[in-house]
Amino acid sequence: MKAEERFEVKNPMEGFLRMDRIPHIWCPGCGIGVVVTSFADALRKSKMDLDKVCVVSGIGCTGRVAGYIKLDSFHSTHGRAIPFATGLKMGNPELKVVVFSGDGDIVGIGGNHFIHAARRNMDILVICVNNFNYAMTGGQVAATTPVMANASTAPYGNFEYPFNLPYLAEASGATYVARWTALHLRRVTMSIQEAMAKRGFSFIEVITPCVTLYARRNRLGDGLNLMKYYYEKSEIQHGADTRTLDISYQGKLIVGKFVDKEKPNFLDCMNVHLGKVLGEKYKPYGVKP
Amino acid sequence: MKKVKADPKGVLAGAHYLDGDFALAEGALAAGCRFFAGYPITPSTETAERFSERIPFVGGVFIQMEDELASMAALIGASWAGKKAMSVTSGPGFSLMMENIGLACMMETPLVIANVQRGGPSTGLPTLTGQQDMMQVRWGSHGDYEIIALSPDSPQECFNLTIDAFNLSETYRVPTFVMTDECVGHMNEKVVIPPAEEIELVERKWYEGPKDKYLPYKPDKDLVPFMIKAGDGYRFHTTGLTHDERGYPVINAECQNVCVSHLVDKIKKNADKIIRYEEDEIDGAEIVVVSYGITSRVTTRAVMQARKAGIKVGTLRLIVVWPFPEKRIKELAKKIKAFVVPEINYGQIVYEVERCAFGQAPAIHVPHCGGWVHNPDDIFKAIKEAAR
Repeated sequence: MKAEERFEVKNPMEGFLRMDRIPHIWCPGCGIGVVVTSFADALRKSKMDLDKVCVVSGIGCTGRVAGYIKLDSFHSTHGRAIPFATGLKMGNPELKVVVFSGDGDIVGIGGNHFIHAARRNMDILVICVNNFNYAMTGGQVAATTPVMANASTAPYGNFEYPFNLPYLAEASGATYVARWTALHLRRVTMSIQEAMAKRGFSFIEVITPCVTLYARRNRLGDGLNLMKYYYEKSEIQHGADTRTLDISYQGKLIVGKFVDKEKPNFLDCMNVHLGKVLGEKYKPYGVKP
Repeated sequence: MKKVKADPKGVLAGAHYLDGDFALAEGALAAGCRFFAGYPITPSTETAERFSERIPFVGGVFIQMEDELASMAALIGASWAGKKAMSVTSGPGFSLMMENIGLACMMETPLVIANVQRGGPSTGLPTLTGQQDMMQVRWGSHGDYEIIALSPDSPQECFNLTIDAFNLSETYRVPTFVMTDECVGHMNEKVVIPPAEEIELVERKWYEGPKDKYLPYKPDKDLVPFMIKAGDGYRFHTTGLTHDERGYPVINAECQNVCVSHLVDKIKKNADKIIRYEEDEIDGAEIVVVSYGITSRVTTRAVMQARKAGIKVGTLRLIVVWPFPEKRIKELAKKIKAFVVPEINYGQIVYEVERCAFGQAPAIHVPHCGGWVHNPDDIFKAIKEAAR
């Protein structure tokens, strides 16, 4: 063994990342990398056939995740990661499809696709990195910005009601719903592992610091200050009523796993229903004989 | 290109009495399309209905999406999963599809969209005909790119050209369009569906080399890159951003130049192989009527009248509208007195004829705002004027 090899320190996530694309574009103090690390860790622990795992992202800071993960990965259009994933999953039901994108992408421009994929119980996992603003374009107000928070297009503070994402996901039909912050690294990993094993629409919201825009504009300090906020104000309440999960400006953050139930997914429903109505003439789709 | 025979499961061989919309669905099934995502919109809905009725017995997926934005995104996903995918729509839905049509072009994804055109703009004439999306199909999504568009003039051609559209789409890794209209879509005629062994399909250009050497956007000799599908262990990346041969984003003018000129060149440089038109009595003609779709059938009567009146009229019917037969129009322009271009819009393809004629012969437009086909007399009148 050569001397330089002996002392070479490798990133333990190297096998899951496109190292030829590193360094990434995210700012110092950004929380997206933390979620990516958790995701890679969950993949490592899951022992799934990674050839069958696909990542689909939309547009935005988190939209860049697809470009760094070493799986079949698709960087699609703004808001359309979920329907893209629907096509991918239905095109080949053997695939495990993960949508990894931001709040603006998934519940802003892509909100309609989000509720419909949940309604159908499409078998995909949606990881939504929520940094409370549109960061890629410079910190504009989002559907998740807390009331009173300042944003570049809400220069006098936001006065619109934000979405409560776990409530929206549950009401729309999701079978797995969790919320964590970038502080809860191991719990995010565990949640991703659990959700990857589900056979329905799963949703994990991860609240992350946007230091460059959201925090700076609101004078909330740096990444460490935001981690302190998560530490002081987050409270784990598994099974909490999702109606109670609104987030106020620098207020309490209820986190945990809120929904974990079983119900037939889109493909199950299609196969069972058509099998019942059409009898033997119908050959179930996407099921290995 | 590897050629294969159609899968008999999807081929409803025999002689049928079908409308154009149904024929589109049968063409798709015969071509091996096993994924359809769509949103209801008049006058195209019957295609989705037919597909949803037939697909359980053929083996595949029909999914009614929440809108056309989603339908298009789902098609791209399904195509990368290895399926032949199709959607059908009309004007307002077509506008919504433009976003992801651009993505499909950028990701070089084979898929087929049929547009059963109706009168616009906006909601316009939901139940009545138009040919007003002929430029939108060419230019509708932002940026520079090329697509292929065909225009059937009968239910039989709706069937035939949908198969051709899939073959072209797979050959060139490009979204391909069947631009029909309400009249053809709702017209019932005899449609003969040949047995599966007589339907020749083009297989996707699958990559077969070593996995670690695969580059999803490295052009082959014919300029079309090889394709793979998700789940096969390539761990590839694809993006709507300007990208290099690896599919990795590169945001600079040099890469943009390579990436975009590739998207354009792979169609432009293969245009002679793609272009198709039908000519009649073109030798010695003074006037050539250029038309497509339903308007070419209306033209037939006007041309008969003109010939009876002693005018030497030839016809050129565009079967493939995009890429446009630039060379042929240029050639004809040198020999003839004028082109007459009837179309159910306020001037779209006529500008292309005019451009390609390079001032050698005028292109006289016979406009129609939509809602009904031309009165053949108006076309006849234009031919007479042109011949004078």
